[in-house]
Amino acid sequence: MRGFVSRNPVWSAVIVLGLAILLWLILSPWTSDMEALLGRKRLFLNALFGGITLGALYFLVASGFTLIFGLMRNVNLAHGSLYLLGGYIGFEVSERSGSWLLAFPVSFVIVAIVGMILQNQVFRRMEGEELRQTLVTIGLSVVLADLMLWWWGGQSYTIQTPDWLSGPAQVPIVVGVNRAGEATYLSYPAVRIAILLAAIVIGVLMWLVLNRSRLGMLIRAGVDDREMLAASGVRIQWVFLAVFGFGAGLAGIGGIVGGTFQSLTPGEDTRFLLASLVVVIVGGMGSIPGAALGAVIIGISEQMGLVYAPTYSVVFTFLIMVAVLAFRPQGLLGRTR
Amino acid sequence: MVQIDRSGDPLGDILNGKPAQTRPGWLVQLPLPFWAVAFLLLIMPLIANNFWLFQVFGWSFILGMIALSLMFLAGYGGMVSLIQMSVAGLAGYMVAILGTSGMAEISLNWPWWLNIPVAIGIAALFGTIVGALAVRTEGIYTIMITLAVAAAFFYFTRQNYGIFNGYTGFNRVLPPPLFGVNWRDPVPFYYLTLGCAALSLAAVTYVARSPFGLALQGVRDGPRRMAALGFNVTAHRIAAYTFASVIAAVGGILLVWQNSQISPGTVGIPVVIDILVIAVVGGVKRPIGPFIGAVIYVLLRTFSPDVLTAFGLSTERFKTLIGLGFVLIVFFSPDGVLGLWERWQARRHKRRDPLGDGGTP
Repeated sequence: MRGFVSRNPVWSAVIVLGLAILLWLILSPWTSDMEALLGRKRLFLNALFGGITLGALYFLVASGFTLIFGLMRNVNLAHGSLYLLGGYIGFEVSERSGSWLLAFPVSFVIVAIVGMILQNQVFRRMEGEELRQTLVTIGLSVVLADLMLWWWGGQSYTIQTPDWLSGPAQVPIVVGVNRAGEATYLSYPAVRIAILLAAIVIGVLMWLVLNRSRLGMLIRAGVDDREMLAASGVRIQWVFLAVFGFGAGLAGIGGIVGGTFQSLTPGEDTRFLLASLVVVIVGGMGSIPGAALGAVIIGISEQMGLVYAPTYSVVFTFLIMVAVLAFRPQGLLGRTR
Repeated sequence: MVQIDRSGDPLGDILNGKPAQTRPGWLVQLPLPFWAVAFLLLIMPLIANNFWLFQVFGWSFILGMIALSLMFLAGYGGMVSLIQMSVAGLAGYMVAILGTSGMAEISLNWPWWLNIPVAIGIAALFGTIVGALAVRTEGIYTIMITLAVAAAFFYFTRQNYGIFNGYTGFNRVLPPPLFGVNWRDPVPFYYLTLGCAALSLAAVTYVARSPFGLALQGVRDGPRRMAALGFNVTAHRIAAYTFASVIAAVGGILLVWQNSQISPGTVGIPVVIDILVIAVVGGVKRPIGPFIGAVIYVLLRTFSPDVLTAFGLSTERFKTLIGLGFVLIVFFSPDGVLGLWERWQARRHKRRDPLGDGGTP
């Protein structure tokens, strides 16, 4: 952090200034001039927080993708299918048992097992042949998508939010001042706040595991040089299996989250595959903090785009990707190899 | 020094992109199977009925051309680009927007000699820009970036109503009635697509042997060495995207004429992946591969409902069939059906290439 500031004083100043302006926009009551320019504050805040929550969901899905890529150089283009599979399993579990929370471990375990089978049966057979692996996962995603369409049909499912999380929650942020002179506060769906918190907790846990535990040490060593790690006696295939299972399981959990505050339909697998791709391209391949940063940027830009320029919201995402590729091809927090 | 190897498939050797051994003789070297296939295709309207001419062969040639542009980038340039279907779709959209269509409010009604070149130009420009972005990275990154751009293009056409007419797209986009022929009639359309396919096949074969094509293959195999030799690696790659985009654009225009309509579904992710499947199943080492892949794909697509029904399955499951077939091909034969054929030939002749298994890139 300190190194970055001393190396790039101008950029740090720009980033700090941008964050300060954003914070001011969030916290201060808006004047009428600003409302004329940006629309109502409630709208802006809703787009911003919606974007951050969407970013949290993107982070859940993309972090598994980027972890797998960073360690094994496997581009798993069936990741979107794992997301959708996790969502459908979560839907079935929560419908049958009536427990939203139970859906998470069940979905995590089942999708993780699917991911491990994928790793062991597909990727391990073609080690080092990145292109073939990619092609096979494309084929598998086609097959999985069709089988899921067969099983669950084309209709859209929404996972029921549990009672204790449904309804709005008050957020201590002033939206405006009403006639009586009292400040009105922003109300926001409680379940989205829970999702955001959960994503932050998972992100922090992942960071801790990666940076503070023995397994994390093995993973980081594997990212840097897996031949050397294998040569020093580590059973690297087990590390691979564990990481692949964990990444796939995260996608499965992401499916439940997505199914709760959006919906599960057959096209969602490609949508989230695309989102993961863009997030890791923007954030930097193989970097967890990069995935978090990229996810928040893409989530906010999508929601802002939907609010302020509905026709072109996709183009914003795309332009961000192009800008990053043009100026920093390895991604915002990616490393040059 | 040059030794003619007769062990392999002679048709393949000619189309392999190997430099011609003797300049004046290369036409004569085209082997018998080539002439037989060409003759058969030319007299096809005498044999096949209209459904086969229009739906099976016309569609195969079109898909083959779009997949050929992918093959050119993947096989000679080492860049697996998934943008080719979007380039083709953009050309189709441009023909609908600049020319005439059922959407009179948007279409500009330009004459055909203006709108077709402009459409191809715009599509080629788009392909070049995406290529310029994609060549900043390498290998699997190229797939990811081009897939992301292709998806963005699909969502954009679906959301944009001002230019692309959103969800509905354009209908009644018809080929111009040139020389008093309705080019959408099965027989004229068959010859039109056959001609375009043959031309693009010849163009790819020629370019692959030209100094540019050889340099591109050099860039594929050793970018650093080529750079050290003074070649501009990036420029060669971007130029390859431009050339491939032109072929894809022609294919896209033919596709619009065949369907007489275009909508976001034409450039959707499943179609983008189908093009990749076609190229890989056919084989990305030779220009003829994508056409073989396209014929297989179209036959499966056309007749799999009957087969699936015979097994008591729903006709919807043909995606599973195609996906499984693709996975199996990639698993067992990385260079597609053509690779299977070559291996079978090699085994039959009991003579293996002394330099290994044909040099996988």
